[in-house]
Amino acid sequence: MIHSSVGLYHYLLVSGLLFGLGVFGVLSRRNAIAVLMGVELMLNAAGLNFVAFWRFKGDALDFAGPVFALMIITVAAAEAAVGLAIILSVYRRFDTVDVDDINLMDG
Amino acid sequence: MENFTGETPVSLVSKGCDVMLWLIPILPAIAFLVISAFFVNRLRRIAPYILILALAVSLLISLSALPRAPLSGAEEARLGWFQADDLKFEAGSLLDPLSAVMLIVVCGVSLLIQIYSVGYMAGDDGYGRYFAYMSLFSAAMLGLVISNNILQTYLCWELVGLCSYLLIGFWYRRPSAAAAAKKAFVVTRFGDTGFLIAVFALSLYAKEFNFVALQQRVGAGEFSTGFLTVLSLLIFCGAVGKSAQFPLHIWLPDAMEGPTPVSALIHAATMVAAGVYLVARTFFFFAASPIALIVVACIGAFTALFAASIAAATNDIKRVLAYSTISQLGYMMLGLGAAGYTAAVFHLTTHAFFKALLFLTAGSIIHAIGTQDMWELGGLGKKMPVTAMTCLAGALALAGIFPFSGFWSKDEILASAWLRASANPLFYLLFAAGLLSAFLTAFYIFRMWILCFAGSPRTQAAAHAHESPRVMTYPLVVLALLALISGFWMKQSVPGKGLPFAEFIYFGPAHEGEIAWLMLLSTVVAAAGILLAYLAYYRGSISVISFHRAFPWVRKGMKNKWWVDAAWEFFATRIVIAGSAAAAWFDRHVPDGMVNGVAWLCGQAGLRLRRVQTGQVQFYALVVFAAIVVFVMLLRLTAGY
Repeated sequence: MIHSSVGLYHYLLVSGLLFGLGVFGVLSRRNAIAVLMGVELMLNAAGLNFVAFWRFKGDALDFAGPVFALMIITVAAAEAAVGLAIILSVYRRFDTVDVDDINLMDG
Repeated sequence: MENFTGETPVSLVSKGCDVMLWLIPILPAIAFLVISAFFVNRLRRIAPYILILALAVSLLISLSALPRAPLSGAEEARLGWFQADDLKFEAGSLLDPLSAVMLIVVCGVSLLIQIYSVGYMAGDDGYGRYFAYMSLFSAAMLGLVISNNILQTYLCWELVGLCSYLLIGFWYRRPSAAAAAKKAFVVTRFGDTGFLIAVFALSLYAKEFNFVALQQRVGAGEFSTGFLTVLSLLIFCGAVGKSAQFPLHIWLPDAMEGPTPVSALIHAATMVAAGVYLVARTFFFFAASPIALIVVACIGAFTALFAASIAAATNDIKRVLAYSTISQLGYMMLGLGAAGYTAAVFHLTTHAFFKALLFLTAGSIIHAIGTQDMWELGGLGKKMPVTAMTCLAGALALAGIFPFSGFWSKDEILASAWLRASANPLFYLLFAAGLLSAFLTAFYIFRMWILCFAGSPRTQAAAHAHESPRVMTYPLVVLALLALISGFWMKQSVPGKGLPFAEFIYFGPAHEGEIAWLMLLSTVVAAAGILLAYLAYYRGSISVISFHRAFPWVRKGMKNKWWVDAAWEFFATRIVIAGSAAAAWFDRHVPDGMVNGVAWLCGQAGLRLRRVQTGQVQFYALVVFAAIVVFVMLLRLTAGY
């Protein structure tokens, strides 16, 4: 086993940064598809978090970490599919995927 | 200063239901219901006889009750209504000398007036309605007289006020009548407020409404003089309104808009006497408060003089009699204030007789000729002899000529004032006022008599006058007899009791005997008044016109009713309305302002908070994330995550 000087906190930092980038993308991108991309980033950051905690704190004999990561990737894929389907129907209704314009409000 | 303590112990209190006495007000009440239900329209010819029957039976019961009236103490019957804490609300009857005499007077005079009304009101569309209202009035008035507790008195008091309103405005299509009715109601309401506050005060501090019980407690010294003074003055407020004393006298002359029998019954003999009766009934409060007595006497004396002066300058027969009533009620108040309880009640009874008589004779004239202006009459003595003679009897009684009834009662009042003066010199002044009003009284009433009945007719209508029908003249004759002899008769021995009036109705120590020189003086004064009227109006040897040229302000004052009406109108239209405007401003800006302010605040908050709803999903998401961050920080800082 290669003993590395990279500890838990490094992984958590990376996943935190990734999550932050994802949040930034969700909140500030105009294109709905870009928002979905940000959501993907957030999901993966969470998955990274799970694996990091399994690696440094959890029981190494079960596969809790990778199993969770696998679950997350699966769910992310399904959710991306559904999200794209929703964006498609939104595009059909509003003729745009610009999130600022997708509302029925007056004034 | 003398102090009277109510030394009238209660010896007989019967808890049972005394049916006979109760019937007295109940019978007219039943008559009211019967007449209103069936006899107002087509069968209205029968209406008066129902009331006359009821009143006749009530009169018989009252007469039979007189011998039974206990000399000291009272016979009571009570019907409990409900009780709240220790305060008992009940209906009850009280038989004592005062109520016994008053019942007979009210029943008797009412009966005679109703008989008279059969003739007077004949042919009127509202014939049935008239007798319905009259029966309600009779029931209420008798209920007032017979009442044993102040709450029942107040109730009946308001009820007679209502009937007065209904009857003054009887010819409601006439705007002046409607206005007069409203004025009467509003002005008496003014006084009634004081009375009501007194009732509240009693319910709060004494927790007792019953007269007998209150009298015992006052006699035992339970209440402070200050409290009793205030209470008496508040009760007197009600009396000032109802008995048309200054300054609330303004409604009575206008009340002459009603039919003359109404004026005779309500505004001469009974309702206005209710004020005097109330003071007499609650006299044990007044007797314990010298200040209240002085106030009563002063207002009474002032009113007597004031009203007499206006009466001397009035040209309308009924108004002369209205002001005369105000003046005589002032006399009664003077009597009560001078602790001449006997004198005042005596005057109350004699006044009921002769004033009702005078009003009915005036009604006879109006019925025959159709005018109320004295300057359009004259010479009626030959055409209407019965009316003229009975009116003369009434005039002599009013002027207080020996040996007619008015003489005895008025003399006793003046004697009370004089006797009181030795304890309080103010009463010398009041005595002088009383004497001067006696002079004016004799003057104005004979002025009226001479202008109406003596001399020669001044208009065609007067020349063709004829005497009234017998149904109207018979009551006149009966009343004239009573006016003439009742004074002397009752003074010597009250019928059914065999006692002189002074030993039958009294309060505190017995009244001392007559003062001979005073009797002489009052007769001389009255005769002087008659002489003046004779010389001025019959002979014309004293010129009225030159008198008015010499003293123009006198005529102006009298004609303007001394500007009292104008003063009240100023008060009502300027001052009261200014106060209302201020109150309205306050109401619009403060309470409404607060409510509107809350609404404004909500609007402003809504306006600002609306901005949150941007419609942009990312903004909402930002808010969610921010909130999560805040919560996590809070948890970290507080619970130690």
